[in-house]
Amino acid sequence: MGYDLSMRVWRGNEDGGALQDFTVSVEEGEVVLDALHRLQATQAGDLAIRWNCKAGKCGSCSAEINGRPRLMCMTRLSEYEPSETITVTPMRTFPIIKDLVTDVSYNYEKAKEIPAFAPTPPDPDGKHRMMQVDVERGQEFRKCIECFLCQDTCHVVRDHEDNKSAFAGPRFFLRYAELDMHPLDTHDRRQLAQAAAGLSMCNITKCCTEVCPEHIKITDNAIIPMKERVVDRKYDPLVWLGSKIFRRDQREEVES
Amino acid sequence: MATGVLGPERARIDKPTLRQDRWWIYPAVTFIVFTAFVVYSTWRAFSGANYYASPYLSPFYSPCLSTACVPGASDFGQPISFLPAWFSPALVILVFPLGFRLTCYYYRKAYYRAFWLSPAACAVPEPHKKYTGERRFPLILQNIHRWFFYAAFLIAIILSYDAVIAFRDENHEWGHMGLGTLILLVNVVLIWLYTLSCHSCRHITGGRLRNFSKHPLRYRFWTFVSKLNGHHARFAWASLISVALADFYIYLLATNTISDVRFF
Repeated sequence: MGYDLSMRVWRGNEDGGALQDFTVSVEEGEVVLDALHRLQATQAGDLAIRWNCKAGKCGSCSAEINGRPRLMCMTRLSEYEPSETITVTPMRTFPIIKDLVTDVSYNYEKAKEIPAFAPTPPDPDGKHRMMQVDVERGQEFRKCIECFLCQDTCHVVRDHEDNKSAFAGPRFFLRYAELDMHPLDTHDRRQLAQAAAGLSMCNITKCCTEVCPEHIKITDNAIIPMKERVVDRKYDPLVWLGSKIFRRDQREEVES
Repeated sequence: MATGVLGPERARIDKPTLRQDRWWIYPAVTFIVFTAFVVYSTWRAFSGANYYASPYLSPFYSPCLSTACVPGASDFGQPISFLPAWFSPALVILVFPLGFRLTCYYYRKAYYRAFWLSPAACAVPEPHKKYTGERRFPLILQNIHRWFFYAAFLIAIILSYDAVIAFRDENHEWGHMGLGTLILLVNVVLIWLYTLSCHSCRHITGGRLRNFSKHPLRYRFWTFVSKLNGHHARFAWASLISVALADFYIYLLATNTISDVRFF
C-alpha cells in the first residue's frame, strides 16, 4: 500500500545549499533510492544522484540517511515509520559537487599509493600455486564494493581535513591487509601501512565496520591484524632481536 | 575557520550531525559502568584489607606476593619484601590486568568513544580540533598490548589455581564447594574467554602467518581463537563485571557481613 513520504534532501553545490522539504508518493517494498528517483522524475528533474546497479553491488549510491552513512539502494523505507521524515544528504567527508554527488577522488589518489601485487616467481611449470586455506582470509576483503562509506564515516578524515594527506583510510587498510596476507606477495607492506598510509592514526573505534554494507569485519580482520604485524616489526623486542641475530630480511620476518 | 563536516569544501549543513537515533546510549552506559568499576577497584586496591576469606582469595589480590599479605593468602610465597607495609599487595599485581584491559583493542574503542568522544558515535563529530591517533606518546604505548597479554595469561593460570583450591572448606579440607567456589569458577571461565579471545592472542596463534597450509595445527588454533574473538567485547564486559562481583563477595565474607553458602 502506498503512502506520501516526507523527505528532506540536501540540494546545492560548492557555493552553498540547504535541506529542502518534499513529499513523495512511495509504494510498499521500495527503498530510499526509489523515492529519490520518483522525486527526480516528478518534482526535481535536475536532482543530482550517483547510482548504478540498484542492488548494493556497485557502491555508487552512497549517502547519509538520517545522518548515517548508507547505500540508498539498500535502505528500505519500511525501516522507518510512514509518518517519519527521512533526511538524505551527500557524504559529508568529501568535497561536494552537486546535490547528493560528492568528489571521491581522494580515494582514488590513495589507491594509487599502494604498490601493486608483486608475486613470487612461478613454479617450474609456469604456474602459481596457492592453497585455498591460504587465500580465503583475503577473499573476505575482495567483497569490498568501494562505496567509500567506511572512508566517509572515519572520523580521522571526516573531522580533520588536514589528516587526508597522511591517512589512507579503512578501505585501503583492507587492501594493505589483503596483499600482506597473500601467500605469494613479496612486498613488506607493514612499513608502508604504518608510515605512508597512517595506520597508527586509526584508533579502532569500528565505525568503518558498522557502516560496511558488505559486512566486512574491517577492524577485526584487517586493521587490527595489520597493527599487530606492525607491532611484530617495530614494537616487539623479541621479534626485533630475532631479526638482528638471524639477519632475516623484512619479508621473512612475517612467518611464511 | 570551520573544519571537518562544517569545512568549506563539504556540503553546507549547519548541524554537526543529523543522526536521530539514540546514539548516545552506548557511550553513556560505557562511561557509567567503567567509571563505577574504576572507583570500586581503586577503593578495593588501595584498601589492602578484607581480600581473603579462607579458602577464597580475591582476584584483585591474586597472586598475593608481598609481605603485607594476610596469612593464608600467599600460596606462591612472599618474594616482594622491599615494599612498605602500608603498600597494598593488590597494587603489585593489578598493573598487569589493568594494562591488559587498558591497551585492549575493544576497551580502546569503548573508552575512546565514551571518555574521549573521539568519536562518541559514528558520524557524530568529535570535539577536538587536532587528532594524531596512536602515533605519539602516550598512546603509542598501546602497541605493547601483547606484553600485557602474556602477563594476563599467567594471571589467568593463577586465577584457575585459585578456583581449584576453592573446592576446600575454611579449614582447607578438600571436597567442598560453596557459593564462593561457584563465583570464582564462573569468573575464571570468563577471564579465560576474555584472555584467549584477545586480538593479540589471535595474531600470535596464527594470524601472523602467510601460509596456513604449512601450519595446520596453528591454523586450527587460529580458527578457534577467531571464533572466540568475535565475542571479545561481550567477554570484556562479562569478565569486568564478574571480577568485581567476585571481589565484592569475598569482601562481604571477609568483613563477616554474610556467611558463605555451602553446597557440600
